[in-house]
Formats: sequence, C-alpha cells, structure tokens
Amino acid sequence: MDDLYREVIIERYKNPIYRGELNPNDITFEDENPLCGDQIRIDVRVDPDNRVTEAAFNGHGCAISQASADLLLESIVGKTIDEVKSLTKQDVLDLLGIDLGPVRLKCALLPLKVLKAGAYGMSQASDDLVEE
Amino acid sequence: MDSHPALDIGAVRADFPILDREVRPGIRLVYLDSTATSQKPVQVIQAMDEYYRKTNANIHRGLHTLAEEATTAYEGARQKIARFIGVKSARTVIFTRNTTESINLVVQSWGRHFLREGDLVILTEMEHHSNLVPWQMLAQEKNLRLEFIHVGEDGLLDLEQYQGLLDLRPRMVAFTQMSNVLGTVNPAKEIISLAHLAGAVTLVDGAQSIPHLSVDIQDLDADFLAFSAHKMCGPTGIGVLYGKESLLEAMPPFLGGGEMIKKVHLRTFTTNELPHKFEAGTPAIAEAVGFGAAVDYLSSLGMTNIAAYEHELVGYAMERLEEIPGVWLFGPPAEQRGGVTAFTMEQVHPHDVAQVLDRYGIAIRAGHHCAMPLHERFNLPATSRASYYLYNQKQEIDQLVEAIYRVKDLFGA
Repeated sequence: MDDLYREVIIERYKNPIYRGELNPNDITFEDENPLCGDQIRIDVRVDPDNRVTEAAFNGHGCAISQASADLLLESIVGKTIDEVKSLTKQDVLDLLGIDLGPVRLKCALLPLKVLKAGAYGMSQASDDLVEE
Repeated sequence: MDSHPALDIGAVRADFPILDREVRPGIRLVYLDSTATSQKPVQVIQAMDEYYRKTNANIHRGLHTLAEEATTAYEGARQKIARFIGVKSARTVIFTRNTTESINLVVQSWGRHFLREGDLVILTEMEHHSNLVPWQMLAQEKNLRLEFIHVGEDGLLDLEQYQGLLDLRPRMVAFTQMSNVLGTVNPAKEIISLAHLAGAVTLVDGAQSIPHLSVDIQDLDADFLAFSAHKMCGPTGIGVLYGKESLLEAMPPFLGGGEMIKKVHLRTFTTNELPHKFEAGTPAIAEAVGFGAAVDYLSSLGMTNIAAYEHELVGYAMERLEEIPGVWLFGPPAEQRGGVTAFTMEQVHPHDVAQVLDRYGIAIRAGHHCAMPLHERFNLPATSRASYYLYNQKQEIDQLVEAIYRVKDLFGA
C-alpha cells in the first residue's frame, strides 16, 4: 500500500510527458470511469507500417489513472498496432510497479481500455479488453 | 476530550466495537463515512444475534411458539419505528429493502397509477440518484415532465424559483430533506406546505435526515417519507416507506407474491390490508429486529442531543478544513448543515485523497456520491466527503486535518 504512490507515479501525474492532443490523428478514442469521474482521451499517429510514431492523452482523473496513461503511451511509441492490441493488464501493472485493489485497478486500466478500443476501432470500450 | 452536556461520548463510543479496530497494525480506525453507512452498536448486533439464536422462524400464519415470537418481534419493530417518527398508525409504516426501494415503490405504484402524460414532477438538483432515476424511468414511459429546484452556489435550494415551478401545478414534489453531499438541511416543512397549497403530493427522501435529526411526521406533514436502517445504526437490507393512509389505501400493490394477498385464485387475487399489501414475500425479519433496536438506541440518547452534538462536530470540522490552504469546502454554513463536509483539494484527485487518508486509518469517501447532477452543477467530476455521526469526536477531525496536510506533502500541493 505504501508503495502505491511511488515517486514515479506522483512525478508522472504532476509532470506528464505525453499529455496533449494530436490533430489530425490516426486513432482517437475517449472513455470514462463513471465511478470516480476519471476521463481519458488518447490520440495516436502511426507510420505506413502501422507503427506508433506519436501518442498523447488528455482528460482528468486520479494520480493512478493519469500516471498509467503517461507510462502506457511512453511504452507504445515504436510498437505496431498489433502489438498494442496484445497489451494486457499485467503490462500496465508492470509499468506502474504496484499492486492494486479492485477499485483502483479500474483507474489504472482505463488508459489501456481506451487505447485498445481505439486500436481495434471499436465504437464502445469494453472491460473485456483489459481482463486476462 | 470532547464534552457535551447531553451526550457521553466515551460511553457512546464504547457501544461501537468496530471503533476499536486497527485498520493496520498500530493504526486505529477513524470512521468518517457514516453518510454511506453508519456503524452498529452492540445493542443492535446483540438483538439480531439473539433473534437468530432463540427466536428464528417465519412470521405471520405460523402457529408455533417461535413463529408467534418472531411475528411479535417483527411487528414490535414496526411499532417502535412508527413511534420514532411520530406516526400514529403503524399500518402506514411499510418495510422495504432500503430508501431506494421505498422511492421505487411510490414511483411504480402511486406514480404509475395516478400520473398521466404531461403531468409535472418537481425534484431538486441535489437529489441522490435514488430519487432521480426512478422518476426518469417513469417519465420516459409515461411522458411526464420533470423540473428541478435549483441549488445555489451556497448549496441552498432556490425557493423563489420553486415558487415559480409551483405555478405549473405539479402533481408531485419529491426532495431530499438533507443532502448527502452538501449536508444542506432543506426547509422541508416549508417546501411541503407550499406543495400542498399547489395541490401536489410530497415525498421526502429521509435517508440522511432521519438518522441525524429529530423528525416528527405530524409536524412535517409529508405524504411519503423514505429512509434506511443502515444509516441509523441498524442493519443493511431494511428500510421504511411511510405514507399517509388514504394514499397507501388507494395505491395498487407494488410486488406480488405471498403475504401481500388476502385471497388468491388461479386467475385473480385480492390484496391484503396495510401494511402487508406492500410486503410481498418473507421480509428481512432479523433486520427488522435490529432496526427496532437501533431506534431504541437512538431514542435512549435523544435525537435532539445527537443533532446538537453533530452540529458542534460539523462546525468544528468546517473551521479546521477551511484553515487548510488549497482545500475547498462545498455547501452551506454550519447552521444549515448536517454532519457532512464535501471538499476538493487543489492538484489532488479525491480518490488519491481518500487512498492516502486510508494509510492513517481514516475512512472517507471519494467520488460523486450517487449525485452526479449535483457535481455537474458545481462543475466537479468528484469530491472527497468526510461525514460525522454520534460516535465521532473532535480529536478525529484533528487527525483528518493532520492527514490532509500529509496528502499535500506527498503531492507537493
């Protein structure tokens, strides 16, 4: 528990590297976690080989959701969309380096859910995208 | 130490075993989430335990000793609750699952039967979802019109605008007596008498008010009143709908099944008398017994004393919270407020506040508290909410404030 607010999480929350918007973009998706009011939009640009060249997120939420978005986007630059589609819950937890209870897990996984829904071109995000 | 002439806080706290609990080694629970659900005194826990050890049987119709004792205990609880809110005839006190179900009962039975297309229902912007969504569902189905009493920046209802809405001849005015977010205690008596003058029926959501204030139904003159046991030292799973007898008599049943009938044939049935007409199926019997014990407990301390003590607590909490730079409190001044303080912190999301406070054993709630429209009204995705009940003490508010400073340190806010 005391590791929940690791320095990297507070740092990424306060000074995110990937915050912003990309217009135009190749992939954009937005969703929210109604439970806590967290809301995230992710924009992605890809090159002709379908590799992520740029990514940005916007929205508001708790430190966990915002840091998770920032770390996640950092991890996908250079990856193919197919690789993005295969990202899992564990990948996000490894990025954050923390264990989370069921409530906060939703915060941490919202960015991945948004990203994958966009990558798959879905009209609505589903929790299935982030469950193993 | 807290001192209050009428309430012995040491003795009250000793009645709540959970307050001795350590949330983590060496860190005692500071429970500031009673607005979500209250803790339970030994008197309630023991009454339910005793019931299951010695009495348990299904009620009504049974002829054996246990069934008779269980029926007496269940109906006795109904009597106690009726007395607690000043109801003369216990047959107007219906047991439900909770406040939400009580409101749904009114909407689905009274509303569905008596409201017609275009009829107006007045609600407020500070309603809990439980007094919004059931009306929205019926409005969609029957094409009803919903209007809302505005909430001002000060967290108070705009009564002038309400008067204007009354000119539109509403059929129903349904509102909360006390906001679960702002803590606002609404002028229920005034709202009700104005509604009656306009010819409307009134429903009071008493989920927050009945646990904390002294409410007399005769004086209030509400047509319907809904509340839950679990927010007033009783168990989860049981609540009450009070209704004026003439209204309840005229209403069709809500759920069908056993107990709510007098006679059943293959194709028809006749309904049972009040209150059983609205109590289909085996009810929450042990919970009713616990509810009765909770009401006994609160009565023994005196609701006026409890309200006065909470008032002192919330005044102190507001004073201390307002001292903290970067903390913003919402809602009315202490004089018009029950034991609730909702706040936001600059640069720290409410979820992070709640999570860090938990490190210090402090239980508060973060989110929209089932009042999303109210949060939209104030342009907030979420707030942190600390709430206070009869077993809390000033020292715990000091711990809360201290921990909020630690949150600020952690986030460099």
